[in-house]
Amino acid sequence: MIRHSLEIATLLIAALVVLASCSRKTVSIPLPTPTPTPFGAAIVESSGGKQIAQAGTPLPQALVVQVNDEQGTAVPGALVEFSAAPGVAFDPPSGLTDSGGQVTTNVTLAGMAGRYQLTVSTTDKAKKKVALKIEETALGHQQTLGRQLNDQYCDRCHNPESTVERVSNYDNLEIKPHPFTEGDLLNKMSDADLTAIISHGGPALNKSALMPAWGDTLSKSDIQALISYIRAISDPRNPNAGPVYAKN
Amino acid sequence: MKEKLKSMWQTLFGDSVRAFGVVSLVFLASMAIAPAKNHFSEWRHYQHGYLKMIRNRSDAVTLQRHFQGGIQQIWLPDLGVTDRCTSCHVGLKEASLSDVSTQPFRPHPVIPHKVEQFGCTICHRGQGAATTVAEAHNSTLAWEQPILPAKYIESSCGECHREPLAGTLQLNQGRHLLSRYGCVHCHTVKMPDGRVLKATDDPPSLSHIADKTSREWIYAWLKDPEAYAATATMPNFKLSDNDARDISAFLIANSTPQPGSTAAISSKASPDPAAGASLYGESFCASCHAVQNAAGNLVGGDIGPELTRVGSKVKPEWLQAWLRNPRIYDVGTAMPHYRFNDAQVATLAGFLEAKADPDFLANVHLDAATPEQIAHGKRLVSDYGCASCHEIAGVKKPENFAPELSRIGSKPVTQLVFLPGMQRTLPDYIATKIKQPRAFGQGLKMPQYTFTPTQIDSLATALLAFNDRAATLPPSRTLAAKPESDYQPAGKAGKLMTDLACFSCHRINGHGGDMAPDLTWEGSSVQRQWLVDFLKNPNTLRPALIRRMPKFNLSDGEASELTDYIITVYQNPAVDRDSMPLGGYSQGQIELGRQLYYGKYSCQGCHIVDTKTDKGYIGPTLTSVGSRLTAAWIFQWMKNPQALRPGTVEPNRDMSDEDVRALTAFLISQKDPAKSEIAKARK
Repeated sequence: MIRHSLEIATLLIAALVVLASCSRKTVSIPLPTPTPTPFGAAIVESSGGKQIAQAGTPLPQALVVQVNDEQGTAVPGALVEFSAAPGVAFDPPSGLTDSGGQVTTNVTLAGMAGRYQLTVSTTDKAKKKVALKIEETALGHQQTLGRQLNDQYCDRCHNPESTVERVSNYDNLEIKPHPFTEGDLLNKMSDADLTAIISHGGPALNKSALMPAWGDTLSKSDIQALISYIRAISDPRNPNAGPVYAKN
Repeated sequence: MKEKLKSMWQTLFGDSVRAFGVVSLVFLASMAIAPAKNHFSEWRHYQHGYLKMIRNRSDAVTLQRHFQGGIQQIWLPDLGVTDRCTSCHVGLKEASLSDVSTQPFRPHPVIPHKVEQFGCTICHRGQGAATTVAEAHNSTLAWEQPILPAKYIESSCGECHREPLAGTLQLNQGRHLLSRYGCVHCHTVKMPDGRVLKATDDPPSLSHIADKTSREWIYAWLKDPEAYAATATMPNFKLSDNDARDISAFLIANSTPQPGSTAAISSKASPDPAAGASLYGESFCASCHAVQNAAGNLVGGDIGPELTRVGSKVKPEWLQAWLRNPRIYDVGTAMPHYRFNDAQVATLAGFLEAKADPDFLANVHLDAATPEQIAHGKRLVSDYGCASCHEIAGVKKPENFAPELSRIGSKPVTQLVFLPGMQRTLPDYIATKIKQPRAFGQGLKMPQYTFTPTQIDSLATALLAFNDRAATLPPSRTLAAKPESDYQPAGKAGKLMTDLACFSCHRINGHGGDMAPDLTWEGSSVQRQWLVDFLKNPNTLRPALIRRMPKFNLSDGEASELTDYIITVYQNPAVDRDSMPLGGYSQGQIELGRQLYYGKYSCQGCHIVDTKTDKGYIGPTLTSVGSRLTAAWIFQWMKNPQALRPGTVEPNRDMSDEDVRALTAFLISQKDPAKSEIAKARK
């Protein structure tokens, strides 16, 4: 009898423990995806890769990808799916390619600063996944500050691209400045080197005097912000500039 | 079955000793739940995960030393902060963990504030005292405020920082849009410091609208403002055909003629498109007005209305009178009064009238208005609150036409009506309401705006900052915005400056636009003759800019009146314009200046002194700077440019007085060759 009651008591305790450890779990219902008819062999990026946006905000341009077959001709009607780390939103998250073989989606990066790897995938005839990886950059507060300083002080010379509103001074300079995306070179320079060249001008590192000294114009934290922006947009990626957020 | 239960009851509680034993056991077990729950708690799980993660890192020793187990808490009584977030977010202050991508172990990105001084919930909201993810991040029955989505995070900056802040682009843009799109015409927004947010759009008065345009145009505009101009700030009220018909009938019937605003001009509009285009360009109309080009891109500024289809809108006689003097029709317009002669007015009017879209009004056929329609139109005008934005004779501006938004950021979720399928949070409600206001019910009046998703997020960010906490913060905790200056220049020159709408582009003493240079210290900076010549015929200092100073066709008297006023009144106390001579520097000093210019300071990267060799055009061209600026200004400018014009791109090079003197000598020797020749000839 006592053994019986002991058994029941243990059962009761077990049940209580199970109940206590139970927590609410959210159930996500997968959205119905459109059914594709044709299949492609490869995905290529048409536009919208390597963009820069503030963390948590939409990328300035939509992402456009194209599905091609083995011969490299566009495939209309193929199903393309976009995925990325949690928090990244695609509008729409999947779609069928149009008559030009293209799908367009608007991307909003998640709230954390860093590189985001987006995966674009489709299935080929053999039902195998064909995927394309695209990288985008999200800026945190400090980098956004750096970007503003860049736009105000640096961009006119360091960015060779001209717009109607803003003509680049790059071509006018005898010794060409380095665009800040030039990771191959800039990743080799330490933060101390960059600080020196920004504060004391080109001659500080035996470089051109056309790069003026900004140390009496920009504050220390301004210069730090600029460097963190330069590190964030570097291509190839700066290994110390934070993680790459990819699909789990 | 019943038998079985009965025997079980007998087994457990058959006699009192056994019953006591069983009850004690159950009691003991339930006592054990509390420590068990604590042991299996989420934060302990995360702390274990953290220790496991750092174990194999090269910086493990440092991280381990920094690690403190148990529930962590930041307690800041004067801010009302009790935040236990760092119990799970263990690596928040470890900058070396920046390569970690899994939460909750990411270090916090660099911001100007320290977590010990502000806590977490001040910016992120959520429930600080909670120790489980669900309770801390989501809204619960006991705690409504969930974590603020990252895309709205800048709204928290706006609670204390009332002035525009570098690095919070979204918040700044949102605040700007609230004024620029006239949201605050209908929705009162009282800032925590008592100021009322003012609109910066300038909706035209409709009291004399019949002088300006036709009823058909009003009808088509009311139906869809964007069909007329892609940049329209007027929202779409989604009016029915009949409602648009009646409102247009009322506005035309209600309009009274404005004397002089349609005065006929002797010469007819000139159809010469080449002359028109060149006058449009010379007058720099594009600095303020946009026109859609053949490729469909808008080119031009957004101070004035878009002119792509202006020929389909305005009456020819009104346009001519407007071009001659816009202040007769609208005394407060941002448009300058160009002193065009009749031939110029005719040319420009002809050019603008040709910017018509024959399809725009092709399908609008309105019968003569009946008195009932006009009366109904008047009712609609007051129902939709048209007079909140526009001045309309005989219709009073409604007070508090739409809900006040001064504390919208604290509106309880229970008071909101949500659409099916949308997230039940305040930020989502605000964003959706801006995106599709009419979806929330029948008979709602808020019109449909066309905002981009980014603009909607900005607006929601700005609105979320208007909340109870922001309104009740002590002034010592806030950074107040600079009060808007209402500076007005005095006297005859002052009137002239208003007539020329200088303040639409230039800022003086904190008042005015930001398209053109700040003129607060202009009197210390330029030479008298240069300014007279420039006002008469503005040549361009910065060839890389599209937006430039237009030619106002000033008379000699006006140009010299204006120059005298500017030179006398807009003086910087630190720059004595007569303290340094405009010439007579030694050749040696000039030569030293040249060497410094091209060598040590390499000014040619941004400026042009010699058009043959120099190419830089970020800063103004300096080819004849010796005929333009005062030597005293050049000297002080190079010593510290930001002191004279905060935010200028010219870097402060920390020059010695000797270097600055030599550079000044070199620059002041760069005289305008044309003028030097005239001077020589006069001698």
